[in-house]
Amino acid sequence: MKTQKTQVLIIGGGITGTGLARDLALRGVQSVLAEQADINAGASGSNHGLLHSGARYVANDPSAARECKQEGDILKRLGPHCIEKTGGLFVAVEGDDEAFVSEFPARCAACGIPTRRLDVKTAREMEPALTEKLIAAYHVEDATIDPFKLSLENIWQAQELGSTLLRGTRAVQFEQRGGRIEAVILREARTGNETRLEVDQVVNAAGAWSREVALMAGVSIEMVYSKGTLLVTLNRITKHVVNRLRPPSNADILVPGGTVSLLGTTSVKVKSPYGVYPTVEEVDLIVEEEAVMVPELETTRYIRAYSGVRPLVGGGKGAGDDRAVSRDFALLDHAAEGVENFFTITGGKFTTYRLMAERTADRVCARLGISLPCRTRTEPLPTSTACMWTQTGIAPREWIRHRDPADAILCECELVPQSAVDTVIASIRKRMDRPDIEAIGLRSRVGKGPCQGTFCSAKIAGHMVDRGEAHGDEGLTHVREFLRRRWRGQHPVLWGNQLIQAEFMESLHCGLFGQELYAPPTPEDPPAE
Amino acid sequence: MKTTTDPKEYPLVIVGTGLAGMAAALFAANRGIAAAQVGGAGGILFASGFMDLMGVHPVERGRRLEDPWAGIDEVRRDIPEHPLARMENGDIRQALEEVLVFLEAGGLPYVRFQEKNAEVITPLGTVKPTYAVPRSMEAGVVALREGRPCLLVDFLGLKEFNARLIASALEDRWPGLRWARISFPGSERMSRVFTRHMAKALELREPQEQLAEKVRPLVRDAEAVGMPAVFGIGRAHEIVSRFQQAVGVPVFEIPTLPASVPGFRLRVTFSSHLQGRGIRPFYQTKVLQVREEGDGFLLSIGGAGVERLVRARGILLATGRFFSQGLMADRKGIREPLFDLPVRQPASRTLWHSRDLMDRRGHPVNRAGLEVDDRFRPLDRAGKPAFRRLFAAGSILAHQDWIRMKCGSGLAIATAYAAVKAFSEEAGS
Repeated sequence: MKTQKTQVLIIGGGITGTGLARDLALRGVQSVLAEQADINAGASGSNHGLLHSGARYVANDPSAARECKQEGDILKRLGPHCIEKTGGLFVAVEGDDEAFVSEFPARCAACGIPTRRLDVKTAREMEPALTEKLIAAYHVEDATIDPFKLSLENIWQAQELGSTLLRGTRAVQFEQRGGRIEAVILREARTGNETRLEVDQVVNAAGAWSREVALMAGVSIEMVYSKGTLLVTLNRITKHVVNRLRPPSNADILVPGGTVSLLGTTSVKVKSPYGVYPTVEEVDLIVEEEAVMVPELETTRYIRAYSGVRPLVGGGKGAGDDRAVSRDFALLDHAAEGVENFFTITGGKFTTYRLMAERTADRVCARLGISLPCRTRTEPLPTSTACMWTQTGIAPREWIRHRDPADAILCECELVPQSAVDTVIASIRKRMDRPDIEAIGLRSRVGKGPCQGTFCSAKIAGHMVDRGEAHGDEGLTHVREFLRRRWRGQHPVLWGNQLIQAEFMESLHCGLFGQELYAPPTPEDPPAE
Repeated sequence: MKTTTDPKEYPLVIVGTGLAGMAAALFAANRGIAAAQVGGAGGILFASGFMDLMGVHPVERGRRLEDPWAGIDEVRRDIPEHPLARMENGDIRQALEEVLVFLEAGGLPYVRFQEKNAEVITPLGTVKPTYAVPRSMEAGVVALREGRPCLLVDFLGLKEFNARLIASALEDRWPGLRWARISFPGSERMSRVFTRHMAKALELREPQEQLAEKVRPLVRDAEAVGMPAVFGIGRAHEIVSRFQQAVGVPVFEIPTLPASVPGFRLRVTFSSHLQGRGIRPFYQTKVLQVREEGDGFLLSIGGAGVERLVRARGILLATGRFFSQGLMADRKGIREPLFDLPVRQPASRTLWHSRDLMDRRGHPVNRAGLEVDDRFRPLDRAGKPAFRRLFAAGSILAHQDWIRMKCGSGLAIATAYAAVKAFSEEAGS
């Protein structure tokens, strides 16, 4: 087994882990980030992409509301290219609690969150999709953020500054001696190869998997797993973020995301973070509930659903609503449990990731004897051609700008040309890593349109074989696994036109190609919820 | 919308222009039934040209069938409600025979392999079992079976077919398989080429010869050459045959990603040769409404701003599944939109699909569809034939999963045969 060394090992490649890698790198601390799947594979990649104004938390969690406001302002200033300043509306409909509505502006004011009251007519002019049964509306400074772009840019800059990302790599064992973790055994999923990494400090940023990671060090963290499901529409329904003005509950947010809208969420307690997928029941609940605010959601076309697990720390005793558990973050120093170089950073919200990374880096640096200040509060997020392709419209815009006739379109739904795919492949290759269609999809719009990968998967497989990036029957395997992964989010929204699309996809990939005959058997059902 | 009334009453109106509808029209014509046929583009445009009869059973085990007839016998035992299980093998054979004879006469000959399934190469480089292939694809079956040195050629700018992807996927099984990429004659400067355009071009001698010039030096040790299916719209087998004389070894076509030329050839062959046999086509139209009138039906047919009323003694429903909107689904359930016939379906949407796309058992929604009696008449909610002279054929029928069983063409053709036969018996009685 190879042995390597690092100052800091970060476990988990969500927004917290990638944000921490950047924060440390900007202070001159190199890290290794080990991610069991890929960037934003957990909750960081399965949220609304909502940059909260903070207004949502004013009633339940005023300190979280203030943090959202402060961090939101910082991100809008330093990372405007990841953010669309959509503005947000809080709306109440007939039957909603009027006392709650009337307390809303004062609660926001108390947290320093600006609101503007709108009369119902103005609100419906701003967002014609809103119901006629509107009784109150407020404007707030909600915005949307591209979670993939943000995480990719964070890790990209950390890598440029000398840090290392290991995708598809799990920490499988801690070597502890004298109250310290001396080394961590990392296993690469694809090959099974193991590396022994000697570490100075270890940060557990594994999100919903934090408990599993901590247990390897003999440390127990009490966690609540809260599953949230969201839906994606084919078209963008509103310009603004639309929030239901009521105490946080199921399906009360509608967030635009480029050319689509995202609806959700649900909040269901689950026993473990494994095998989480959206269900038909959740989809129906979200559609029915949100159609109360925006009636056309009853008839609009959905292209997929997805689920994530929120890692909530402690509390949550009994079977009550886990929304009562604080969305505040927790930075746990496990010295108290006898492991002096091990931290867990968990909980929190996407909007406050930077602050979570800063606090963690402060503690890690103190342990390392480094007293440099945090720079993420003042340093703008960099932009890179490697990280720009997740944004809708970028690929076609670049394609038209360059007008290279040899640059064929590979994904026709999202107009992603060969050149964009090549840039993404090169960015993965640059880090001595292997691209596949899933990794390309995560870093671009490939497969995100109505056809959900029916054609582009086969075309990209061909392109990768042409480029020498796939060998033997790997092209086939990539196609199959990419479609299989996307299917997890498709199956609960298959009716109407999307069912037609799915039937066509299956008739091509199974009827004609017979790919199911090559597929390994269906994995066993995950443990019940 | 302008409304006209067709003065003529048709003994039979066939609704649908997919393979089931086309086959039904042929069977009607062969029996002297002056039928009309109504429908839009039809799923046939998305066909690969392969004609599957029964390729996989049981799907749970993913067992590829060598003998489709023995397979149908097993299906008859294991899934007695399967539409093909309701028929005698003799009738299924007769149905296929009639269609293949018709296609051959129309310039699209098919080849069978001693009534066994053949393995064919797909545009992704997988291999699947099928019953019959266009003659222009025959040499590919032989080449794959014998595994002799072979060359696959594709074209620059053709994204629907990648010879290197196929060769790469098959390299373990077929070490003698090579690939090459050339520009299509006359398209050397084009970054994107399209199968339909190339097929048109290859109907002319000069591009055929130019292409042969380009391929010949690449052949070397290869004993066969495989190329994307672009050798003309009509009479492809003759173009391929001439081409292989020019390059010196057998040449075969492989379908491209849909919508591919072989699907277009099927569509064109059926539609142009059915008319001469007395079928009245109402293509590029759809049935807007239908109701019982007197002893038959009155259909309202729409297309290009014109609504036409047509009378029919009987109707054959070959409207397909969701893709062709023979079935429609919303969040609450699946319905049949024309007659509001009851659709056999899982108890709730939670049961429609497996969470795994590749689940060996298939997705239960794909076995939803119409229940019929032994005469292929759809049943009403009481389990009785909904109408005396309403018949159904093809993929709209319940209890089959054509995608997974690889039985799409066989299902379409055989059940169309059974439905037409039942209609003519009913009309004669």
